[in-house]
Amino acid sequence: MTVRIFVPRDSSAVSVGADAVAKAIADEATRRAIPVAVIRNGSRGMLWLEPLVEVETPAGRVGYGPVTVADVPKLFDAGFDRGAPHPLCIGPVDAYPWLAKQERLCFARAGVTDPLSWSEYVAHGGSRGLRAALAMTGADAVAAVTESGLRGRGGAAFPTGIKWKTVLDTAADQKYVVCNADEGDSGTFSDRMVMEDDPFVLIEGMAIAGIATGATVGYIYLRSEYPYAERALMAAIETARSVGVLGDDVLGSGRRFELHVRRGAGAYICGEETSLLESLEGKRGMVRFKPPVPAISGLFGKPTVLNNVITFASIPIIFDRGATFYRDYGRGRSRGTLPIQLAGNIKQGGLVEKAFGVTLNELLYDFGGGSASGRPIRTVQVGGPLGAYIPESQFDVPLDYEAYASIGAMVGHGGIVVFDDTVDMARMARYAMEFCAIESCGKCTPCRIGSTRGVETIDRIIEGRDRGAQLAILEDLCNTMLSGSLCALGGMTPFPVMSALKHFPQDFGLGPDGLAAAA
Amino acid sequence: MQETQLQRVQEAVARCRDLPGALLPMLHAIQDDLGYVPPEAVPTIAKALALSRAEVHGVISFYHHFRSAPPGRHVIQVCRAEACQSIGAERLVARLRERLGIDFHGTTADGAVSLEAVYCLGNCACAPAVMVDGALRGRVTEAVLDEIIDTAALVDEHVGVAGGAR
Ligand SMILES: Cc1cc2nc3c(=O)[nH]c(=O)nc-3n(C[C@H](O)[C@H](O)[C@H](O)COP(=O)(O)O)c2cc1C
Ligand code: SF4
Ligand code: FES
Ligand code: FES
Repeated sequence: MTVRIFVPRDSSAVSVGADAVAKAIADEATRRAIPVAVIRNGSRGMLWLEPLVEVETPAGRVGYGPVTVADVPKLFDAGFDRGAPHPLCIGPVDAYPWLAKQERLCFARAGVTDPLSWSEYVAHGGSRGLRAALAMTGADAVAAVTESGLRGRGGAAFPTGIKWKTVLDTAADQKYVVCNADEGDSGTFSDRMVMEDDPFVLIEGMAIAGIATGATVGYIYLRSEYPYAERALMAAIETARSVGVLGDDVLGSGRRFELHVRRGAGAYICGEETSLLESLEGKRGMVRFKPPVPAISGLFGKPTVLNNVITFASIPIIFDRGATFYRDYGRGRSRGTLPIQLAGNIKQGGLVEKAFGVTLNELLYDFGGGSASGRPIRTVQVGGPLGAYIPESQFDVPLDYEAYASIGAMVGHGGIVVFDDTVDMARMARYAMEFCAIESCGKCTPCRIGSTRGVETIDRIIEGRDRGAQLAILEDLCNTMLSGSLCALGGMTPFPVMSALKHFPQDFGLGPDGLAAAA
Repeated sequence: MQETQLQRVQEAVARCRDLPGALLPMLHAIQDDLGYVPPEAVPTIAKALALSRAEVHGVISFYHHFRSAPPGRHVIQVCRAEACQSIGAERLVARLRERLGIDFHGTTADGAVSLEAVYCLGNCACAPAVMVDGALRGRVTEAVLDEIIDTAALVDEHVGVAGGAR
């Protein structure tokens, strides 16, 4: 009997050798005359175990990882094609605690299926949400999204249903659905994983948005740093057209929805929604003044549903299982689940999807297993380059939008970057200002000029030149950026800077009270 | 710009000009094909889209991705964002500078390798990350970098210098 062996095609897995391992397994099986079918699945998100090879056995799929090409003959010797023990064996993958402890709604299929197989997608629950949405009126569909409590996962956490209702209620000859797949935050890769490991769920979510609001054309604005995701999306869209999910007659409903991929060009600011729209229109990514909001006047001046990849990918299950099912996860005003990304200096990094309310302590130690270097974790940055640095004393704050806002932090897109005790926080603060200077669209003076001044000022503080005065200047600069910037790039860069200064003054050559005395 | 390059620019322009918001797809089509957007292509692009040359130039220069000069035969992009920094990206940068004798935006004198900075490749759980001619690499060490550089040089010797950049 042919043994099915799974080797992920996810780019993270490929980046650490999955292609070569897949080939080695096929070659070695041929050599030993063992009938094997190598399937390129998505990643389960246990990225520290990649390449994670899974073997289908009567008792379920058994995992081995991280596998190198050199391990392959030894795995065969051990009988891994029957699920036999080996030092790399992690046992049945579905029961592996790191995975079993998660609440996977968005990422239910990731790693389980072949991402480009429509029939597997359907066999694992795909397309039911779209069918349900097609049977509803637009108003009912939008109401379901509102009822689910879903808030945008791109960073600003705006209620998705309200946005969709505005688009539905705005009459126009053409409306658009735009997916923000710019995923520029360091420490985030959940959008990439959806696109590479379960792209149909994004396509289905966008189609539902179109059906619900009356938009017939969609665009996915994809960052140019993601060529693997681009290839996966192109292939999935092609298949979606051929099975009638996209096109003039969505699943035989007589409704139309077409979808295109557009590539960004390496500008972080183009993740900001109005800059993204400018870019899609073929212009420089200069941030627009709001109002009008994109829901009323978006792409080419038309009403536009604009959401993040994870927001759209959360939609199908809401329509399949019902709004209440989704909103029963989470706490307070943060409903549902969040795909959290554990990144940087972490032993067991990867994708953890959990209901809101999980703490950093659980994430960093129970899931993450501590730092990769083995040294103490000193701080983490949550929410990308505009997110605050969080000290250990706050690792027990429940991860939800309001709880984080109350400590001056931000959940953002759910990326967590871990630093051990060798980190120099003055350098990280300097980097935050430098990044803002590199990526500023240039429209506002506080952001464009202030960030460059910020770099210079932090340099002087590091060198110990007139620290007291320089600190006052830095604080002043941050306040000007906070209040005088049009968008969050200029407006939130002060968060990582000020949090670093507040929690780690000694790195800036200051006394524990934040005063320049220690200079 | 050579005759054949101009022809290829015109083909890309013809392919993209009718798309809504055509300029970015057009610039990508040109750079995917030639490795950069030749300044001599700007008038052709501007004419096709009824834009001024300054507008086209403004767009090209706004985006970090577009190059106005040909890259080396191989392009090494190093991630310099926070997650990669937390686990040694700056050591890689130092190693690359030392081995290649160039800085970011530079190309080695023999035209073999260009060095570029990127800010996140979405491989932050397998950091530090680099991308070599469009192929993603994770958990990169200095030894792996050496191997990448040596392979790039070797490949060139064997194929007699073919196009490397995506
Ligand atoms: C500087 C900046 C960068 C941003 N980058 C992204 C991004 O890469 N992806 C994203 O989805 N949202 C990003 N956003 C947020 C978007 O402006 C917008 O709020 C979001 O795409 C809306 O979708 P959502 O409601 O589903 O979150 C960014 C915002 C700012 C100010
Ligand atoms: S804050 Fe910075 S990035 Fe945002 S609009 Fe102003 S200049 Fe542009
Ligand atoms: S445009 Fe002048 S400060 Fe924003
Ligand atoms: S920060 Fe380097 S890959 Fe994300």
